[in-house]
Amino acid sequence: MTYPALLVDVTIFVLALWVGFEVISKVPATLHTPLMSAANSIHGIVLAGAMLIAVTADNTVGYVIAFLAAAFAAANVVGGYVVTGRMLKMFRRRPALPATPAATAVVAGAAEPSPNGKGPAA
Amino acid sequence: MSTFDWVIQLIYVLAASCFVLGLHLMNTPATARRGNQVSTAGMITAVAATLAIIVHGNLISTTGWIVMIVGALVGSAAGLYSARTVQMTAMPQLVSMFNAVGGGAAALVGVHDYMDAGARVSATTSVTTLLDVIIGAVTFSGSLIAAGKLQGVITSAPVVFPGARVLNALLAVVAVGLGAFVISTPSTWVLLIIIVAALVFGVSMVMPIGGADMPVVISLLNAFTGTAVAMAGFVIGNWALIIAGALVGASGGILTKLMADAMNRSIRNIVVGGFGTGDAVAAVAGPGGSVQSIAADDAAIQLAYASKVIIVPGYGLAAAQAQHEVAALADELESHGVEVSYAIHPVAGRMPGHMNVLLAEANVPYPQLKEMDDINPEFARADVALVIGANDVTNPAARRAGTAISGMPILDVDQAKSIIVIKRSMGHGYAGIDNELYVDPKTSMYFADAKKALTELTAAVKTLVG
Repeated sequence: MTYPALLVDVTIFVLALWVGFEVISKVPATLHTPLMSAANSIHGIVLAGAMLIAVTADNTVGYVIAFLAAAFAAANVVGGYVVTGRMLKMFRRRPALPATPAATAVVAGAAEPSPNGKGPAA
Repeated sequence: MSTFDWVIQLIYVLAASCFVLGLHLMNTPATARRGNQVSTAGMITAVAATLAIIVHGNLISTTGWIVMIVGALVGSAAGLYSARTVQMTAMPQLVSMFNAVGGGAAALVGVHDYMDAGARVSATTSVTTLLDVIIGAVTFSGSLIAAGKLQGVITSAPVVFPGARVLNALLAVVAVGLGAFVISTPSTWVLLIIIVAALVFGVSMVMPIGGADMPVVISLLNAFTGTAVAMAGFVIGNWALIIAGALVGASGGILTKLMADAMNRSIRNIVVGGFGTGDAVAAVAGPGGSVQSIAADDAAIQLAYASKVIIVPGYGLAAAQAQHEVAALADELESHGVEVSYAIHPVAGRMPGHMNVLLAEANVPYPQLKEMDDINPEFARADVALVIGANDVTNPAARRAGTAISGMPILDVDQAKSIIVIKRSMGHGYAGIDNELYVDPKTSMYFADAKKALTELTAAVKTLVG
C-alpha cells in the first residue's frame, strides 16, 4: 500500500528528532556555543524552501515575500557557517607557539623539577 | 517518479546525512572543525540540488530569478559581514539574530504557500502551514527581543506589565481559534491577523524574561526555529527541511533542558515570569562570621606556590572583558610549574557554553576547560580555587534545603584547600542571597575590578617569584 505523504513526513520528522537527541547528547558542554551556532546554520536549509517559493511567485506580494525569505535564509546559512568556523578555529590544544610566552615557559618549566603534569590532559 | 526526481531525492538524503555526520563530529573539539566543513558541504549540495529542480522545471520567471538571486546575495553579504566582525562576547546576540531570520524565513515560506494554494488547501496541509507560520513568527519577534536585550538596546531586566499573562493567553486563543477558522474557511486576511497575534506573542513572551535567563531563552528559541523549519518542510514537501529542522529542534530542546537544570528552574517557570518569581523562598538567616580580605602580593604568593589552581570564571569576568588577563595569569602560573585548570559552570555566560568560547579566544587550551561534573571531584586536591565574577554557582547554600537556590548544581569550590574570590563588592548574585562561601574561614576576598585585579596579580607573581 502507499502511505499518505503527511504520514511519511511525520515518520521522517520523528526519526530525525531521535537521531538528533542521540547525536547531540554526546556533544561536550565545552562546545555548546559552536553546537548551537552549527545547528543555526543547519536550519538555514530553509533557503531551499525560500528558493522554491520564488518559482511560484507571480505577483508583487509574492515576490516581496520570496525576496525577504531568500535574504533571511541566506543570511542565516552563510553567517551561521562562517561564525561557527571562526569559533572552532579558536579551540586549540595548545596556543599557537610564537604568540605567547607559554612556549618558552614549557621549556623553562621542564628544566625545574615539577611534579605536575603540564602536558595536555587528554 | 522520474529519474531526475530520484536523483534529487537521493542528493537530499546525502545532504541530510552530512548534517547528522557534521553534528556527530562535534563530539570532540579535535574533530569539530571537520564537522562544520562536512555540514557546509551538505548545505552546498542541498542548495545545488534545489537550483537543479528550479532549472529543470523551467517554470521560474525572469523576475523570480532576479528576486531570488538578489535576495540571496543581500542576505549572504549581511550574514558574512556580521559573522566576521562579531565580538565573541556578542555571540549570543548573533545567534539570536540567526534564529530570528531562520524563523522568519520559515514563516514566509508558509505564508507564501498558503496564498499560492488559495482555496485548494486541504485540512491537513493547512494545519502544518499554520504551525509553520505561527511558530516561525513567534520565533522571529521573540528572537529579535532577545537579541535586543542581550545587546542592551532593550532593558535586560524582566519587563512585567499588568495583565501580561492575560494578554498572552488571549493571543494564544486568538491564534488557535482563528487558525481553526482558516482551516475551514481559507482567508488571507485572517491569516494576517494570526501572524500579528503570533508576533505580539513572541514579544510578550520574551520581554518578562531577565538577562540571567537568556541561556534558556536562546536555546528555546533555537528549538522553535528548528521546529518552524521542519514545518516549512512539511508545507513544501521537502525532506531535507524536515530532517534538518528536526535535528535543530532536538539540539535546542536538549540545550534548553540542560540550561534550565543548571539553573534549577523549570522551563515553564522561566517563560511564565521573571527571575525570582514563583519559587522564591524566604531567605534563611544569613551565615555568621566575618569576611577577610587579601592584598595582591599575598594572593600572588599563595597562587605561585600552589601545585594545583582551579580558576572559576563567571559572567562577571566576561563583563569586565578580562579573559585575556586571566589567561595571562594562568600562563605565568604554569611557567612556575603550577597546574591550572578552569571550572566552567553550564550557565557561565549568556548562552550555553559561552564561557568556553571566550576563554578559547584568549588562547586558553581546551584541555584546561573542565565541565562541572569533571572538575568537582578535583577541588579537594586544589590548593587554591580562584573565583572571578562567579557568585550563585559557588554558593554552598545550594546544598541545603530552604534557600532560594536549593538544589541548584554548583561548583564544589568550598572543597578547595583555600579560596580567593575576586569581586568588586559584597553585592549579591542574581538569586539575591548571601554567598556563604565568602565567610568561609578558608576564603580570602580580593576586592577589585576583575581586569585590574588579574593584571596586578600577574605582575605580583612576576616580581615576587621571578
